[in-house]
Amino acid sequence: MSELLTYLQYPFVRYAVIAVVLMSLCASLLGVTLVLKRFSYIGDGLSHVAFGIIALAAVLNISGNMFFVMPVTVLCAILLLKGGKNTAVRGDAAIAMVSVSALAIGYLLMNVFSKSANLSGDVCSTLFGSTSIITMTKADVTLCAIASAGVLVFFIVFYNKIFAVTFDEDFSEACGTRPEAYNLMFACVIAVIVVIAMNLVGSLLISALIVFPALSAMRVFRSFKAVTVCAAVAAVGCALAGTLASIVLGTPVGATVVASNIVCYLIFTAAGKIRG
Amino acid sequence: MALIKCEDVTLGYENITLAEHVNWEVNEGEYWCIIGQNGAGKSTLMKTILGLRKPLRGNIVIGDGLKGGGIGYLPQQTQAQRDFPASVYEIVMSGFQGRAGLRPFYTKEEKKEAIGNLKKMGIEDLKDRSYKELSGGQQQRVLLARALCATGKILLLDEPVAGLDPQMTEEMYELIKKLNEEEGIVIVMITHDLEASSRYAGKILKVEEDGVSIL
Repeated sequence: MSELLTYLQYPFVRYAVIAVVLMSLCASLLGVTLVLKRFSYIGDGLSHVAFGIIALAAVLNISGNMFFVMPVTVLCAILLLKGGKNTAVRGDAAIAMVSVSALAIGYLLMNVFSKSANLSGDVCSTLFGSTSIITMTKADVTLCAIASAGVLVFFIVFYNKIFAVTFDEDFSEACGTRPEAYNLMFACVIAVIVVIAMNLVGSLLISALIVFPALSAMRVFRSFKAVTVCAAVAAVGCALAGTLASIVLGTPVGATVVASNIVCYLIFTAAGKIRG
Repeated sequence: MALIKCEDVTLGYENITLAEHVNWEVNEGEYWCIIGQNGAGKSTLMKTILGLRKPLRGNIVIGDGLKGGGIGYLPQQTQAQRDFPASVYEIVMSGFQGRAGLRPFYTKEEKKEAIGNLKKMGIEDLKDRSYKELSGGQQQRVLLARALCATGKILLLDEPVAGLDPQMTEEMYELIKKLNEEEGIVIVMITHDLEASSRYAGKILKVEEDGVSIL
């Protein structure tokens, strides 16, 4: 405990904790809808796309590559979520195709053009989250905070619409709501969160932040509001527990947070069984 | 003026043409059943009226007061809804989304009206129950209550008794009849049940490949 308090005196440790908590919270809110819409894998797909784009940006020597990575990922999110209609390759197949292609091409580009001496280290940290989480600056944390505030406002203002569109798109459209518009906004928000959160837990683990809190909450609760609130609380709890544990135990942050989400899921599953 | 008027409409999607030359009018107080083979275009006709699809040709004129979401719709259930975590109340309230527009929250009046519609459907006591734990008949009543929240004038029902047992089917038909007779709500219902159509509906529309006919 005292060890933990010592660590927490360093600003960069506090930054890391804040960033992981905020990103987990956002991912869990979006996750409820994504899981129910059968789009659980979109986060995974998008983070692989982002991986490919980061590799491309590095090869092209574009500095400040966030401004390059973000718009392209948003574009891919829109294409994937809209993909249900009028495309040759549909839904899950489209996500699988795009995500592995981006992964492969990204790795290829890094191999062929990289000037780095520690290529496998670079790749590993992009996939599993880096120690860069400890080198986060105040600006990085501010970006996280702004993005999270944006997601929270979006979610609260459109909460009723998000529920309605997720439950029944046809009925919503018949009522004069435009589900397309909401799906579009949703795609943009997801892409932004994925790109930011990628730096924290890595591109292979981001899906866990999206799906686990929602799935855990659904084991126990039966209404949309209860599931949403519970997912958010569980996500924040797991993020805190995971990050603090990783600091004390010296384990990788992303993997530890995901592990705590898995434990949380098992506990909720048991609780759901008991509740019947 | 007619509530809904189809003027020489051709139904279909992408490059598949279903029924052609559909001329049809729905007026105040009427009770219509739409019958026809699977794939003839019954659901497509309904979705076209609701604006979910564009007609390939022709015009659909929607009466004043029904534009922009004034029609109550009961769609066929989707697989995803069967294990969706949502309370009955949450689902019924979503019937007001058209009226709410960009307003983020529902008003007190809307909440009161939702309870009233639950009472009309005889499911007030299910208000806080989870939708996925209900029986098929109860689920359809919830969706009907939601449709009532969207309209006081006209309901479009896509196979409201699909998958219900005979007793629940009969109850559902009685409920719909009551809405038509006591509240003056216009009913347009897709069904495979010929016997029930002739018993309840004032008018029957048959959708076929070469167009529609009124029986």
